[in-house]
Amino acid sequence: MTVSRTFPGQKKAAQQGWWAANRWLVCRRLVQLALLGLFLVGPLCGWWIVKGTLASSLTLDVLPLTDPLIALQSLLAGHPVLASVWWGALIVTVFYLLVGGRVFCSWVCPVNMVTDCAAWARTRLGWRDGASLPRSVRYGLLGGVLLTSLLTGTIAWEFVNPVTMLHRGLVYGAWGVGTATVLLTLAVFVLDFAVTPRLWCGALCPVGAFYGGVLGHTALLRVAATERERCDRCMECFAVCPERQVLHGPLWGEQSPVITGVSCTNCGRCIDVCPENVFRFVPRWHKANQ
Amino acid sequence: MAQGGEPVNSGRRAALKGAVRAACGAALLPLLLSIPARSRSNAEVALRPPGALPEADFLAACVRCGLCVRDCPYGTLKLAEVGDGVPLGTPFFNARIVPCEMCEDIPCVPACPTGALDHALTDINAARMGLAVLLDHETCLNWLGLRCDVCYRVCPRIDEAITLETQHNVRTGKHAQFIPTVHSEHCTGCGKCEKSCVLEKAAIKVLPLSEAKGELGKHYRLGWEEKDKAGGHSLVGDDLITLPARGVDDTPALSTIPGLNGSETGGTGGGAAP
Repeated sequence: MTVSRTFPGQKKAAQQGWWAANRWLVCRRLVQLALLGLFLVGPLCGWWIVKGTLASSLTLDVLPLTDPLIALQSLLAGHPVLASVWWGALIVTVFYLLVGGRVFCSWVCPVNMVTDCAAWARTRLGWRDGASLPRSVRYGLLGGVLLTSLLTGTIAWEFVNPVTMLHRGLVYGAWGVGTATVLLTLAVFVLDFAVTPRLWCGALCPVGAFYGGVLGHTALLRVAATERERCDRCMECFAVCPERQVLHGPLWGEQSPVITGVSCTNCGRCIDVCPENVFRFVPRWHKANQ
Repeated sequence: MAQGGEPVNSGRRAALKGAVRAACGAALLPLLLSIPARSRSNAEVALRPPGALPEADFLAACVRCGLCVRDCPYGTLKLAEVGDGVPLGTPFFNARIVPCEMCEDIPCVPACPTGALDHALTDINAARMGLAVLLDHETCLNWLGLRCDVCYRVCPRIDEAITLETQHNVRTGKHAQFIPTVHSEHCTGCGKCEKSCVLEKAAIKVLPLSEAKGELGKHYRLGWEEKDKAGGHSLVGDDLITLPARGVDDTPALSTIPGLNGSETGGTGGGAAP
C-alpha cells in the first residue's frame, strides 16, 4: 500500500508561500513568547515590568490583573475578595468579553504550546484516531471545580491547575522548573499525544471551559468563512482546528459565515492553511456578501 | 518519517503506533503518581509569611501569584515545590535556611493582592508566623551548663520573646544553668533563633502555632488569676479546714479536729487557723 501524505498548510505554502500559510501561527507564537518574556525580564534581568503570574499580577506597579476564575473560586470558598482583586478580575473579564474568551487559550496560555506540539506530532505521524471523550466534559469539570471550592473552602483547581503551574514554574523557577511542573506538563502532553487528539484543551481544561463558556459569547472579533462559496472541501481547516465542531455550520450551513461558537479560540490557523483563502477575521456583526 | 509517495508497510506502522501509544498511556499513571510520591522527607518546617490567615482561610484566599515572594527583600519567602510541606505554589519559608528579618514596613503584606496576608498587620511585632520551641534539652548547650546564649542574643525581641531563666545545675552542684525560655506573647516566629543555633541540627525550632501551643481545658481556671480578678479574695473562701500532715512531728493541728484523739486536752495551739 502506498500512502501519499500531505500536512495541513503544505498546499497553501506551495501555492502562496510559507508566510501566507503560517502568518497567524507566527503572530500567535510571538505574542505567547512576548507575554512570557514580560513576566521573565523581572526575575532574569531585574526590570520589573510585570510581577506575579497569570493567576494574579501587577504591571508597572499600577495595573492589577487577576484570573476571574480564580477570583470566583476564592469568592465561593468564602474569602472576602479585596478591591485590587475585584478590579484585576474585572479588567481581565471585560478584555476577554471583547476579544473572545478563548483568545486566552490560544494567545496567552503557556499550555497551548505544549498541546499544539502534541497535535503537530500527531499530524506528522498521521495519527487521526483516539479514545473519544465528549467535549462537554470540561463544563462538568468546571462545575465540579466551583462546587469543590464552595464545599471545601479552598481555591480548589489551583492545587492541580497545569496552566498556572506551568506559568509559575517558568516565572519562579527561572531556569530550573520544578519537578511537579515538569511531570504535570508531560502528562498533559501525553494525554494529547497518545490518548486523544486535543484532549486537554478541547475536552478537559476547566479554565478554557470558563473562558469559552462564560466569557466567550460576546467577542467582537471573530473568524468568518466569508468566501465559503470557494470551499472545495479539502478539509485542511478541519485538520488543524483545535475545536473543529465550530467550523461546520458557518462553512457549509445556511447560517451566517461568522464562527460564533464559544469554543473558537480565534487562533486563526484555519485562515493560515486554507488554500482557497475562505476565512478571515471580521467584526462579529459582519454580514455575508456585503 | 514517510515523505509523500514513499511506500510504507502499513501493518508494521500500525503495530509500532499501537506500541508507542500503549507505552505513552502506561507512562501516564506513574507520571502522575510520582508527583505525590516525590515528597522528600523534609526536616525543615514550612512557615507562612507574616500576617498569613489561619491555614484554612489562607487556602481560600491565596492565588499563588508569588507577589509576596517578589517583594521580600531578603529572599526569605519561596513558593512551595513538591515536598516542601505546604500546598504547591503557596508561599513559605524555612527558618533554618533564611529566617524572616522582620522588616518594619513588612513589604510582603501589602504586596498580597487578595488579603491572604492580612493587610491589618502593620506592626511586625504583632506577627505570629509560628512559635519558637526549645525542642531538645539534651543537646542545647545552655542546658548542658554552657553559656552559648546565641538564640537569646539574636532574638529581635531579646528579653521579651526569649529570656534566660537560671536554675541550679544539679550535675556540678555549684553552677547555674541559663535556660533559654520562649514567651509566646512576644515571639513572632521569625526564626532567627533557629537559624543561629550553633548545633549541627537546631535544638530550638519554630513550629506553626497549631503545633507549638498546648491548650488548657475550656473549664480550667487558674486560682491565682481568679484571686487577682476577685480583688485578692480566693473564690473558695477562707474557712477551709487544714488536713493533718501525717508523719510530721509536732502537728498541733491534729488536736483541733473535732472527734480526733479526744484523750488530749485540745486547744493549746492556734494551728487550725488556715
